[in-house]
Amino acid sequence: MNNNNVIQAEGLTKMFGDFTAVNAITFEVKKGEIFGFLGANGAGKTTAMKMLIGISIPTSGAAHVADFDVFTQAEDIKKNIGYMSQKFALYDDLTVKENITFFGGIYGLSKLKIKEKTKELIEDLDLQEVANQLVGSLPLGWKQKLSFSVALIHEPKIVFLDEPTGGVDPITRRQFWEMIYRAAHQGTTIFVTTHYMDEAEYCDRVSIMVNGKIEALDTPKKLKEQFEVDSMNDVFLKLARG
Amino acid sequence: MGITVSNISKSYKDVKALQNISFEVKPNELFGLIGPDGAGKTTLFRILTTLLIANKGHATVAGFDVLEDFKEIRKHVGYMPGKFSLYQDLTIEENLEFFATIFGTTIEENYELIKDIYVQIEPFKDRRAGKLSGGMKQKLALSCALIHKPKVLFLDEPTTGVDPVSRKEFWEMLKRLQQKGITILVSTPYMDEAALCDRIALIQDGEILQIDSPENIVKQYPKTIYDVSANNMYQLINSLKAYQHQHSVYPFGEFVHYTDKRTDFNPKDLKLYLEAQQLSNIRIEKTQATIEDSFMELAK
Repeated sequence: MNNNNVIQAEGLTKMFGDFTAVNAITFEVKKGEIFGFLGANGAGKTTAMKMLIGISIPTSGAAHVADFDVFTQAEDIKKNIGYMSQKFALYDDLTVKENITFFGGIYGLSKLKIKEKTKELIEDLDLQEVANQLVGSLPLGWKQKLSFSVALIHEPKIVFLDEPTGGVDPITRRQFWEMIYRAAHQGTTIFVTTHYMDEAEYCDRVSIMVNGKIEALDTPKKLKEQFEVDSMNDVFLKLARG
Repeated sequence: MGITVSNISKSYKDVKALQNISFEVKPNELFGLIGPDGAGKTTLFRILTTLLIANKGHATVAGFDVLEDFKEIRKHVGYMPGKFSLYQDLTIEENLEFFATIFGTTIEENYELIKDIYVQIEPFKDRRAGKLSGGMKQKLALSCALIHKPKVLFLDEPTTGVDPVSRKEFWEMLKRLQQKGITILVSTPYMDEAALCDRIALIQDGEILQIDSPENIVKQYPKTIYDVSANNMYQLINSLKAYQHQHSVYPFGEFVHYTDKRTDFNPKDLKLYLEAQQLSNIRIEKTQATIEDSFMELAK
């Protein structure tokens, strides 16, 4: 496989009984790329993502994530990727510091490394004053910025963001995207799912899944040209409504 | 009969959820409460639907006082909470029948009102609510909120987590309900949905930032906004933020929205500055403000 590709999927398929949830999808994601993974509810996004993060074994096809095989090296994939979802991110009953220590430990960082990372992260996010407060008491926007940083604590090649910014105010959402740009600039690959079509416009490239297949894949600019519309929202509506 | 809210305040311990909120929703208006999580939207909905009592202020819904006439209000409003609150173990049809019975009516009596929405889920009427997709749950919840033909409909973040196709269909349904004479108060964190309302209130941290029609809010944006793009987005944002004359710098998809402090701003100066920062393919063009620009300027 091409070493510059952090994800490479070929004919990746998942069936549940005789229902084909993901139907032979083929795509690659490059190092440092911000890749948007879109689709209507039920289009197969979540199933596809589960295969890529090593928690669901594909029915057929092939895929490598961070140089590991999704069939045979799922455990290695889990260790070498970051993951953040809106639904579950951090433990509300642990403090900011405790959460960082916990996730650092889970990913097998040394005590010294965890100490360094804790300091770096808290300074970066300007969380000095709340470092010993329970995460549950923080505003949603702070939590999401913190959980993004925690997802990167083990310096993974790629981080998967599952609808990361739902419900956040527009200013905080932009601060979040600035963090994403920074991580990508430093070489981390970003794989993001979102229902905000304006967020799709921030991605380098986006794919749109319809009924288990990838029906479109290109830069937002080219997709808008291809479908002769002004926004990703209209691209999505044209594709998903048929 | 619409909604009036006068000087409503509500606190939970030391959190001020709502601070002296006042506004009016006219009869048959489609009014939007636009703001992020934690803005106080749900607290306001709970006060107006008589599920929560404010610390201060007055409110009426469909002509009834939220304190004195709470029982009347409950007969005349429909409420779709943000969290799915139907019975997961009942089927689609059983849920609908249940709500019709509670309100002393039948599905047949008001079928006309829900028909548009209900026909889309009727083929699955024997399926349990807990087994439905997000879009179907949303349609069932709306049907249940409408089955007693309410005068005022409260929808708390009905489109959160729903894909763009279902969102668009949902707003089309709301427009049709409005044409049938129902007053609608709807909340959303999606700024692009604001444009679909007659009037909106922008709300953050328990305070209303502005109330007006979406067109007027955008018109009142005080600055000229420029779309800026260059070869490297990350460096572009950093350079713009470091520019001494910048008033605001916000990423907007493939562009950055830029405003300048100076009244005699010349884009050529900015271009020279960005070139000196090693950026290339620089484009700077005037653009229109959006509701999101207005919100961020007001919240700044």
